[in-house]
Amino acid sequence: MIFDDEPIAGENLPILPGHCSPGRFERVLRAGHFAVTAEIAPPDSADPHDVYERAALFDGYVDAINATDGSGANCHMSSVGMCALLTRLGYSMIMQISCRDRNRIAIQGDVLGASAMGVSNILCLTGDGVQSGDHPQAKPVFDMDCMTSLQMISGMRDKGEFLSGRKISSRPQVFLGAAANPFAPPLDYRPLRLAKKVAAGAQFIQTQYCFDIDRLKTYMSEIRDMGLDKKVFILAGVGPLASAKSAEWIRNNVAGVHIPDNIIKRLAGANDQRQEGVNICIDMVNQVKEIEGVSGAHIMAYRQEERIAEIVEKTKVLGDRAPWHPNR
Amino acid sequence: MKRVRYWSVKNARGLHWAYQGLEACLAVLHPIFMRLGYRRLDRGFAAVEKLLKGFLFDSQSCGQCTLSETGMACPMNCPKSLRNGPCGGVRANGNCEIEPDMVCVWVTSWQGSQRIGSPVSAIQVIQTPVDVRLKGSSAWLRAVRKRMGASEI
Repeated sequence: MIFDDEPIAGENLPILPGHCSPGRFERVLRAGHFAVTAEIAPPDSADPHDVYERAALFDGYVDAINATDGSGANCHMSSVGMCALLTRLGYSMIMQISCRDRNRIAIQGDVLGASAMGVSNILCLTGDGVQSGDHPQAKPVFDMDCMTSLQMISGMRDKGEFLSGRKISSRPQVFLGAAANPFAPPLDYRPLRLAKKVAAGAQFIQTQYCFDIDRLKTYMSEIRDMGLDKKVFILAGVGPLASAKSAEWIRNNVAGVHIPDNIIKRLAGANDQRQEGVNICIDMVNQVKEIEGVSGAHIMAYRQEERIAEIVEKTKVLGDRAPWHPNR
Repeated sequence: MKRVRYWSVKNARGLHWAYQGLEACLAVLHPIFMRLGYRRLDRGFAAVEKLLKGFLFDSQSCGQCTLSETGMACPMNCPKSLRNGPCGGVRANGNCEIEPDMVCVWVTSWQGSQRIGSPVSAIQVIQTPVDVRLKGSSAWLRAVRKRMGASEI
């Protein structure tokens, strides 16, 4: 996909009227396309080629790549580092910022640094608690939360001020996102929580894994009733499960992931469970794209990144679009 | 004491009105507080608050009370000290991701907010990040000063 006003490959685009970022991701969403994003697995290494190889798996299939920020409270290469490497090649990055490890001073510094490196999208997260990762001894920071960091970063962009009120000479032009979990209690508060995030500055939303379509449909109808689908782009989170056993493990050990029994039964009954996991994911994408108000899919294929091509191809969600990638 | 804390949320409506009444009474005393000096009164008030709010709400004495907006559940008991709503990690049974034996502070907060009456407007207020300098100071006196339009802090 080539934009008419695209400068040298990989460089940021001119900001269109009504847009706030020079990124391709915002363009795709605002143009009304069904967007595809994917999560890249950060390496436990200092070798940039590990990052390049992982990103290349998505070439031609995704509109933007999420660089996770110590997800699951495990230590990996930083999201800033990954974004620095991949924006140099021209990839459209969504930099995740968790409030667990950094205070307001560090977060604002990273926002400026990232924007200077060409990061056009930032996803504000609260972050998993330290107890779920490999350093449970660590001090949790949580100086900010996702809501206040959204407000803080939109203030940096729109008012040109740090949280302290001090001026910023060149503003970070970023498209701001947040997460949503329609499947966690209190269920009747979840749509209001989304409304609060939109009020705080969220422009796009990536949800937790959706395996319970009925629940997602209920949630989305509440979202539509509140008119939120007109104010924010919602990307439904999907992903392939590796086996019934791993699905069971995720359900019991990963905070916030809701997997209904029928999904686990379907996996357990399959001859090739790994393939069935991909098939379920394909079904989910096909179903979420039909839901009014869903603007895209966010594929989290942890340790199965090479399957994303198959998922995108079989669901034909991109139509005849081929997202930008280096060396196309 | 989680049991007292849960009781407080169950009785959020009554406690909310008691709180409103207390604030109105303290507001009447504002001129006297001004003469005596808020700074001098702070320690005494903070000590009373620590005792009373500590008992009723497991208050962490952040000095920036949000109880009326958070359904009389102290958000500082959230292990992530979230003041703007529940994270995505709440367990299916409504308990905390980090402390499995504790009901999520925000699950109780949402219940309390609904009991108080006009929940949506209050719980939807975006709370600013905590000012750590105010920890241990009197939130009541701060609320009175704010209500009377006197200078903050």
